[in-house]
Amino acid sequence: MSFSVTEPSRLQKSVAGALVVIYALVTIMPLAWIIATGFKSPNDAIAYPPKVVFEPTLEGYVNLFTTRTRMSPDALEEIGQPETWYDKIVRQYDMVISGPSRYGERFLNSVIIGFGSTFLSVFLGTLAAYAFSRFKVPLKDDLMFFILSTRMMPPIAVAIPIFLMFRQLGLSDTHLGMILLYTAVNLSLSVWLLKGFIDEIPVEYEEAALIDGYTRFQAFYKVVLPQATTGIASTAIFCLIFAWNEYAFAVLLTSGTAQTAPPFIPTIIGVGKDWPAVAAGTTLFLVPVMVFTILLRKHLLRGITFGAVRK
Amino acid sequence: MAEIVIRNLRKEFGAFVAVQESTFTVADGEFFMLLGPSGCGKTTTLRMIAGLELPTSGQILLDGKDVAQMRASARDIAFVFQMFALYPHMNVRKNISYPLLSQGMSRRDVRSKVEEVARILDIESILDRPVGGLSSGDRQRVALGRAIVRQPKAFLMDEPLGALDAEFRERMAEELRALHDRMGATTVYVTHDQLEAMQMGDKIVVMNHGVVEQWGTPQEIYDRPATMFVANFIGSPPMNFLRFEATLEPGAATARLSGVDIPIPPLESGVSGRELVLGVRPEHVRLGTDGAYRGEVIATEYLGTTQIVTLKSPNGTLRVRAPSGQPVHVGERVSLDFNTATLSLFDAGSGQAMKVDRAAVRAAMKEQSHG
Repeated sequence: MSFSVTEPSRLQKSVAGALVVIYALVTIMPLAWIIATGFKSPNDAIAYPPKVVFEPTLEGYVNLFTTRTRMSPDALEEIGQPETWYDKIVRQYDMVISGPSRYGERFLNSVIIGFGSTFLSVFLGTLAAYAFSRFKVPLKDDLMFFILSTRMMPPIAVAIPIFLMFRQLGLSDTHLGMILLYTAVNLSLSVWLLKGFIDEIPVEYEEAALIDGYTRFQAFYKVVLPQATTGIASTAIFCLIFAWNEYAFAVLLTSGTAQTAPPFIPTIIGVGKDWPAVAAGTTLFLVPVMVFTILLRKHLLRGITFGAVRK
Repeated sequence: MAEIVIRNLRKEFGAFVAVQESTFTVADGEFFMLLGPSGCGKTTTLRMIAGLELPTSGQILLDGKDVAQMRASARDIAFVFQMFALYPHMNVRKNISYPLLSQGMSRRDVRSKVEEVARILDIESILDRPVGGLSSGDRQRVALGRAIVRQPKAFLMDEPLGALDAEFRERMAEELRALHDRMGATTVYVTHDQLEAMQMGDKIVVMNHGVVEQWGTPQEIYDRPATMFVANFIGSPPMNFLRFEATLEPGAATARLSGVDIPIPPLESGVSGRELVLGVRPEHVRLGTDGAYRGEVIATEYLGTTQIVTLKSPNGTLRVRAPSGQPVHVGERVSLDFNTATLSLFDAGSGQAMKVDRAAVRAAMKEQSHG
């Protein structure tokens, strides 16, 4: 591939560089603030003017993972001196740890529902996109438009019908229900994105495989899929980010067993002071998506330019 | 190796007819060219032989067995694509092994077969390289390797040299022809390049608008084009067409063009008051000074050993290939002498060639030279 682009001047380069740095700072600021707040004490967290330099503490993380009980000085004396570092942190407030919080479970629910629906969206999306890309499907354009049209209204507009349907079907507050719901929302995006990627793969590869003695499914599995990894990876990231961050349906449809982390995190705030625990919960919640994105980064970078380069 | 017989093969895409009732035979071991301009149905025909498209009707006999409606994988045919279609996620060795693996051949046999093929094609040194970084010539060889490794009944090639640079094309064409001569495999080769077809093919089918215009050896097609389309498509510059109206008896040996009698090969059947076309190859015209049929020189192109002279005659423009030593000046009026035995006559309405008796002309000329 060869195209001629004039080399930008030094001034242009430095202006562009400065803009990128400013943009990066603006984007990273809120994140950095949340991460910092997670290591502050509750008083530092709400201090005014805001504290940029502070003494870090793991109090937020301890509060995030535990439930605590306030005790009278007599009772505390009976228990004796705190033994572990986290007991000591809690004891400053005349409290003892009474058990683990539900954050772990909620986090696990998010993992199950987020990755489950991502897998299902990408799996079904790949098959559908392949069929739309390669076969004569009656009313193909209309069907593709219909699939896209499911994205045209905000999903929350159908919250009440879905709420009633889920109750009728016994899907309320179940992992399966949430996986199906997020898959339904993500599927249109996944079909459209993947169709674009598969359209770019020349048909000749499959035809060569057909002639080399393979069945249509083997050609799809062994020849098309390996070449569609870029598209599959970027689609998976988009699907995961949506399912992972979704809040409205999670509040509405889950309350106990299948509750995901987003509706749970705000409930940590309790009496109104525990911002560090909320920030800690948010910080940890960011980690899986970050790891997933970093793992697929190589594919994603190529994915962003999809359609731009003809192979 | 096999003989391929195509009988009344037809392919429609909705209302569009891509191939209309094609019929031809590819003999065992032949290097067979499907030639025509783009959109003429040659690639569709090839894809039907391969099983990548199913014909609307008609038969494809492979070694006497009708395979027209069979799956591609069941036909035992190899296909070389224009863009080679090497599997990009596999290295050279895996690409060549791939057709063998589908047959469940043991790994040891696959290995030795692939190495044998690599030796034939001289690509042993790149066997473990990924296909991404290969030069186009090497890709071409790998694509050929993937085709020959299975020893299929026939090879189908869709403009395999189309993606190569001009200088490399010629070498690859020679290699391809040499490989064919060595293996004697039935090969059907699609091209839009008439030179390539003439140079490499044992037989050529010329197609246009889904119709087989002519089917024969390169000499037959060049010397005796069956239609005006073939006459115009083959040869560079193409055959000249001189239009005239005539009434001719069967066996007539002259035609009157703009008041001048020009000897023609005797017609087998007569015509009355029809518009005819006299077809003359550029190299079959002699420019002189004393003939009756004349034209005005309007341009000359110098080509080294020959020159192409463009002339305006009363019956149309001609391009003539003359020796470059012959002095010709623009604006000059020269006489045109045609080599009678090589002339073709077409019916202007249908574009079809008229049957003529060339043997009679040759016999007469022989007698002349002896006498």
